[in-house]
Amino acid sequence: MSARTNSLLLGTALLIVAAPLILNPAGQFGGTDDAASEVVTSSHPAYEKWTGPFWQPSKEIEGLLFAVQAAFGAGLLGYVIGRRHGRSGK
Amino acid sequence: MHIMEGFLPAGHALAWTCVSAPFVVLGARSLKRIVAERPEARLDIAASAGFTFVLSALKLPSVTGSCSHPTGTALGAMQFGPGIMAVIGAIVLLFQALLLAHGGLSTMGANVFSMAIAGPWVAYGVWRLAGRLGVPVAVAVFLSAFLGDLATYVVTSFQLALAFPDAETGFAGAFAKFGGIFAITQAPLAVAEGLVTVVVMNALAGRRMRIEGAKA
Repeated sequence: MSARTNSLLLGTALLIVAAPLILNPAGQFGGTDDAASEVVTSSHPAYEKWTGPFWQPSKEIEGLLFAVQAAFGAGLLGYVIGRRHGRSGK
Repeated sequence: MHIMEGFLPAGHALAWTCVSAPFVVLGARSLKRIVAERPEARLDIAASAGFTFVLSALKLPSVTGSCSHPTGTALGAMQFGPGIMAVIGAIVLLFQALLLAHGGLSTMGANVFSMAIAGPWVAYGVWRLAGRLGVPVAVAVFLSAFLGDLATYVVTSFQLALAFPDAETGFAGAFAKFGGIFAITQAPLAVAEGLVTVVVMNALAGRRMRIEGAKA
């Protein structure tokens, strides 16, 4: 596929992800996991959480760790694609 | 996203762990065999793992006003079969459960089943079926990634509905409610994942991109 097709596909993906922020400016954009947990606590008030996370990072540290995860993954992926690309160019 | 720590009754948590464990063990064996037979596959496996690491770290906004993240498990499933993704997915989930309080250790079995087993198997099934039907490869990649991502969250909704059926409408009502949270939020994100997977697959495989067992 051509570079043009690739940018078109990536551009569309970006648009899909950015659109909700514009279409739904009042949205809270919390996590679906929190939303589901709220449903459980409201529909089953008798349910008692029998265990919890033994360590909860602060918002900042959570952001850091997610960024580390993404950077590690992107590094791996970029290394492989770059290596392929370099080899096919020879 | 994943089921949070403590949000499955102990019996359910244990049952899902028992269901998932054999897949992870068999996946580890399959991974070992692939690397032994084709050492050059290590690069593509690393790329697949990297893709899952990136995508599952990105919490993206969706039309429902909630955020969720894609899974990225289809890329590896298409190239190497769904087995190895059980191992890679479990590693990602363990990292997130231990360090990020995202998902959890007690709900690990259920989360591994939805993200690292059900998603990749659906993705792989769609990929092979598309090949048999003679669907163009790029379209097959898109459908595989899109449906694999969506399947993960349909399964999450199923798991929660099974554990917490609605008092009046029972399992079906609860499934609709959890599906409304997870699956609908996920739908546009799954489309985006499908598009990005086509680009990455193309960058990795280029003209070598073909479906095993497909009509020539």
